[in-house]
Amino acid sequence: MRRGTGSVVTMTLGIAAVASLVATYAVGLSLPPTYEQGDYSKLIAIHPGIAWASYVAFGVTALASVLWLWPRTRSLGWDLLAGASAEVGVVFSALTLVTGSIWGRPTWGVWWVWDARLTLSALELMLLFGYLALRRVPADAEVRGRRSAVAALLGALVVPVNHYAVEWWRTLHQDRSLDLTPQDTLDGRFTFALLLGFLAMTLVYAWLTVHRYRLARLEEDVVTDDLDAALEARRREAVDA
Amino acid sequence: MWHDALLVAGKDLRIELRSRVALNQVAPFALLILVLFAFALDPDRGVLEAAAAGLFWVAVLLSALLSVQRSAGLEAADGVPDAQRLAGLDPAGIFLGKAAAVAVQLAVLEVLLGIGVVVLYGVDIHGVGTLLATAVAATVGLAAAGTLYGVLAAGLRVRETLLPLLLLPVVAPVLLAATRASESALTGLTTDVASGDWLRLLAVFAVVYLAFGTVAYGALMEDA
Repeated sequence: MRRGTGSVVTMTLGIAAVASLVATYAVGLSLPPTYEQGDYSKLIAIHPGIAWASYVAFGVTALASVLWLWPRTRSLGWDLLAGASAEVGVVFSALTLVTGSIWGRPTWGVWWVWDARLTLSALELMLLFGYLALRRVPADAEVRGRRSAVAALLGALVVPVNHYAVEWWRTLHQDRSLDLTPQDTLDGRFTFALLLGFLAMTLVYAWLTVHRYRLARLEEDVVTDDLDAALEARRREAVDA
Repeated sequence: MWHDALLVAGKDLRIELRSRVALNQVAPFALLILVLFAFALDPDRGVLEAAAAGLFWVAVLLSALLSVQRSAGLEAADGVPDAQRLAGLDPAGIFLGKAAAVAVQLAVLEVLLGIGVVVLYGVDIHGVGTLLATAVAATVGLAAAGTLYGVLAAGLRVRETLLPLLLLPVVAPVLLAATRASESALTGLTTDVASGDWLRLLAVFAVVYLAFGTVAYGALMEDA
């Protein structure tokens, strides 16, 4: 018996994700260098999209956790989805910081500035690390589900507070030269690349998350199958004896 | 609920009074942090005085980790969870009681650290009212969030390493807000944003985590 995590849906998703990634790559590289940032402005094709995908991942984890906690919609699936989405989210979160740093170094002259958005992203990444560490602690599905759903909600609760804290903190000392917002009037081609990047990263996120979710399902099945097999073996021993 | 809260808070504080762990270990640890900061930042250059508010709250945060760890440890050992369930205590009351006990310990610690900052860093206190309000709001928030994460990690073998990872990103805004709110009171420097805004943020944080804990503590206790 061969069971994988692929299906027609993931195949389609995967093809769409790869195709849009390739398109983003091509369009991004074909962007003209800008006066202020030179070739680095091409990063607009991927960096905002990646950041967007990390927010989506965070949102899906929080939503799935709420659905798990709500007694009427409680099922193992939401717990596994929350975990799968958080794992993919960590990748996008980390990539956001990495691509942001690569962009920041030539434009601002430093790898990191204590800007509100950067700080918030870094805190979010830490929250995800904690959440995933908690998920890895071995426990029954029910216990793990409750524990991680509550942790995800606690983490989500703090995001708005964090948002205001870092906004107030940083807007005070905000230096115009370090303003994160790109040029107010975006050239049409840049807008297109930006939106294409959003689409591509969302598709990649969805594709990875579906696969990770199905893998988690299979992992659960292995555990229950093993348990069933062990029970069966003991039973046979008892009959033979 | 309030009665149960008082009972639990009294029990935790009595244990702390008799075992003296908070007094003999956590408090010296907190003061040690202040001394270490002085080693790290040259005391002659006025850095310590300017950064006093931030250093004070970092010291509180790190010591709070120890207090929370200990508070949750009390509940996990010796079959206490089962006993509590059998005793029919209201989970919300247990949460509020434990949070109150942690808050009281933190408050004592803050007074000690405050004296430490004044003596060691040469800080003059300018606004006692602001300082007190900040301390109260931040302490309640820290205690509530800490107690929640404490029980979340209580039964786990990896709790010593997991708790800081879970708790610190969540209480980061408390550090930020408390530092800004008390900065003007401690250093006498004027800040652009009124301390009131930061105080409100601290209050919101405290209320949110108190409310969440009151509702969710029962469910979390079952796993511990």
